[in-house]
Amino acid sequence: MPAHDVLIIGAGLAGQRAALAAAQTGASVAIMSKVHPVRSHSVAAAGGINAAISVDDDWHSHAYDTVKGSDFLGDQDAIEIMCSEAPKEVMDLEHMGVTFHRNEAGEMDLRAFGGASMKRTAYVADITGQALLHVLYEQLMRHHETVERYEEWFTTSLLKDDAGHCCGVIAREVRSGRMEAFTAKNVILACGGAGQAYKPTTNGLIVTGDGIAMAYRAGAPLMDMEMVQYHPTCLLETGILITEGARGEGAHLLNSDGERFMEKSAPNKMELASRDVVSRAEQIEINEGRGVGPDGAGIYLDVTVVPRKRTLEALREIVNLGRDFAGVDITREPIMIRPGQHYIMGGVKTDVDGRTPIEGLYAAGEVACVSVHGGNRLGANSLLDTLIFGRRAGEHAAHRAATMGMPSVDTRPHLREDSAMIDAIIAREDGNGSNRRVSEIKNELGEVMNKHAAVFRDEAGLQGALETIGRLKVQAASAWIDDRGTVFNQDVLGAIELGYMVDCAEATVVAAIERKESRGAQFRTDFPERNDEEWLKHIDITLDENGEPQVSYSPVTITQWQPEERKY
Amino acid sequence: MAETHKPPEKFTLRLRRYDPEAGEAPYWDEHTIELEPHRSVLEAILQAKDRFDGSIGVRCSCRQAICGSCGIRVNGEPALACHTHLDAAKRSAKDGVIEIEPMGNMPVLKDLIVDMDAVHWKKIQRVTPWLIAKQPVPEREYIVSKESMVDVTQTMGCIQCGACVSDCLAMEVDPGFIGPAALAKAYRFVGDPRDDEHEVRLRDLAEDPQGIYDCTHCFKCVEACPKDVNPMGQIMRLRRIAGNDFDIVDQNNGERHEATMVGLIRDYGLLHEAEMVPRSYGGNSWFGKFHPAAGKELLSSLPIVIKGVLRRKVNIKIAIFGHKIAKQDLKGVQAIYDKVEGRKERYELNLYITGEDEPTQDAAAVPLAAAQSSTEGSAS
Repeated sequence: MPAHDVLIIGAGLAGQRAALAAAQTGASVAIMSKVHPVRSHSVAAAGGINAAISVDDDWHSHAYDTVKGSDFLGDQDAIEIMCSEAPKEVMDLEHMGVTFHRNEAGEMDLRAFGGASMKRTAYVADITGQALLHVLYEQLMRHHETVERYEEWFTTSLLKDDAGHCCGVIAREVRSGRMEAFTAKNVILACGGAGQAYKPTTNGLIVTGDGIAMAYRAGAPLMDMEMVQYHPTCLLETGILITEGARGEGAHLLNSDGERFMEKSAPNKMELASRDVVSRAEQIEINEGRGVGPDGAGIYLDVTVVPRKRTLEALREIVNLGRDFAGVDITREPIMIRPGQHYIMGGVKTDVDGRTPIEGLYAAGEVACVSVHGGNRLGANSLLDTLIFGRRAGEHAAHRAATMGMPSVDTRPHLREDSAMIDAIIAREDGNGSNRRVSEIKNELGEVMNKHAAVFRDEAGLQGALETIGRLKVQAASAWIDDRGTVFNQDVLGAIELGYMVDCAEATVVAAIERKESRGAQFRTDFPERNDEEWLKHIDITLDENGEPQVSYSPVTITQWQPEERKY
Repeated sequence: MAETHKPPEKFTLRLRRYDPEAGEAPYWDEHTIELEPHRSVLEAILQAKDRFDGSIGVRCSCRQAICGSCGIRVNGEPALACHTHLDAAKRSAKDGVIEIEPMGNMPVLKDLIVDMDAVHWKKIQRVTPWLIAKQPVPEREYIVSKESMVDVTQTMGCIQCGACVSDCLAMEVDPGFIGPAALAKAYRFVGDPRDDEHEVRLRDLAEDPQGIYDCTHCFKCVEACPKDVNPMGQIMRLRRIAGNDFDIVDQNNGERHEATMVGLIRDYGLLHEAEMVPRSYGGNSWFGKFHPAAGKELLSSLPIVIKGVLRRKVNIKIAIFGHKIAKQDLKGVQAIYDKVEGRKERYELNLYITGEDEPTQDAAAVPLAAAQSSTEGSAS
């Protein structure tokens, strides 16, 4: 049975960064992912990574922008750590080989991004996430002797010992269908968000809330789950993301009257206000009949105002996306976009070293909630979050591993339990039509979330969503699949993922009902104002013994920036 | 916008299925789905999977051609499923049915899923795929030219989908060929001024008989690549840098062969066949004609030459004395040479580097009447 000091679940940026950091201390490290690491969804992050590396910049300014962007719900101690460590982290990545674009002097070039008070986003054209991910994978290949890789292994549950400490996982090798128990002194969850609980979403099909749900089921609290980011620029039809870098380079948003409507809600920052503000402004235009395209459900993003040469050099990917997925040459004509589900600020509650309240269990990246993003994440802060807290979690877990022996736990009952769970899914029948297909339930879940837990929310809609989710939860437990095989049985994994997504959706809706105010990405039409007196606090969701979500609160850490009115 | 917003249509997919557990040979499976014609082949496969048969095996995630998971063959050509429109796929189908198969040159594990570790990733590992950073490492970033980073971005843009590997003809003949994706990855380091081992890398890849000179220049990878990485172009750049900047000798004589051809056209305006072999072995001198290797090569070429003469493909007189073109045409050819060779730096084409900005009137001619009229009216 494999045993490791540090076992990382998920091989996107947070996971790979954690693996490298842990390996550097000499710990025995393994990284496990249900897909090949370079397929991880970090690959889709386009615009860049924030760091106060310019000589005129100061990390305090970056931190303040982040606090303000979070609508003062972010924990300022964690934000200070992230922003102060950012410049060194970005330099370390540059030294590893990331091909950051340069200015005429040969130094790293920086571009403007939403909610930032100056240009501080380092970038590689508009494939920054891809460049970072591939370079980290180069490092994993380089250090193949110290970092074991389990590629295409699907984690089914977390193991806990009698003391309640996390001590490993059960996983299934996708290629062979073999089930295996892995013992570990520490497990780091780094397996991303839960965007697939929404339809449409910018997130890949693999982003199904696995880590959030596994931790939640193991007893870890989730935090800020109501805070779901809608990105302002997704292709109208397919929901594919158009990077904020487009607006960073100067692109405009226009309504059907050709008006730059952002001047109404953000006269200073215009299109570069924070994402919650821009998405709301767009949704208002659409709701009030000033949208464009079929049913007036879109907004124009006009990139033609950016010099064409610059667009081709720095926004190459979205030129291709426009051409291939919307039939539009964005250098010549505006493209139709709309807000779309993009990121969840919430996740497994951790401290600044990635520790969850379960001893031995860490989390980093989108799966986690430190919370550095609070009510709304700034563009180009997510790559930073993954790297800083991935590294910190890796280091901390490795040091903890050095102080302890390998847990001895009888994993056989757990292994049998998970094997039986999978066999039972494979054996499910359609019950003469009374049971539903996994894909049907997933679609309904996504649609209900996108309708009621989106840019604008209210009590009635959320309660209706909660009811639907309750029904879907029951149906998911009997949903049937076609594939009876063991080799690459993606069907059975889809059924497990559906269960993960339903849990995440439920936590989101429960938290959204609980927060009776409007802050960051949560806008309640029935409580349209921010209410610091009552709601300047985090909402934590824990699973109780009956499998029901329980709500509690934790304070927001404020160090140097008192809440103030938020204007862009 | 012309392409979008058409009503859904029916499309039939013919999927190549393989179940390794069944102990049976691969077979074809047909499904008819309904989608708008500009939707992707991946969406079609997923609809078939969702509605009819969840056991169809296909790797996929991002749906936007960035994760590189869904490399397949559509109507016999390598492609990313998410990056291929249904209407285009239907047009290129033999009988109106879109034929979908797993990629080539890699073992099939199940349905459309191939073993990329056994081929693709093994080859990537062959090229020392990480930066060997110049020492000392600076405190801040390495100061390098803007152009160099934009340049390597083209190869950084490779999403490791394997489409080029799937249809590499050289690899089909010689499975040991390092191949287009891995060699493009090698360029990503050779083109990176921060890397300290350009020469070591190039020598390694030039001296390996399955390295950069094993490419047969067939352009398949260029056509296959969904991200315009131009792998063959990167291989050719590796060759040029190896030969021109580091004097690494191509053991197949290909580089001198190329130089000879270029030189002959400069001198005569057209190819001079009789001079090709002697010059590429012996250099551009009268004595070169008697280089032993040239004689040997000439001798081994004789049967082909004779065959050519017999089939009237080669005119003996022209072959020996060379083609003649009009003087002003020759001058024209030489003017091209003067211009290209007169450049201070080698000119490399790169996707991310384009010409000058177009005149602003072009940008103003945006076909959005509303935007034009209202920016004056409402922006205040």
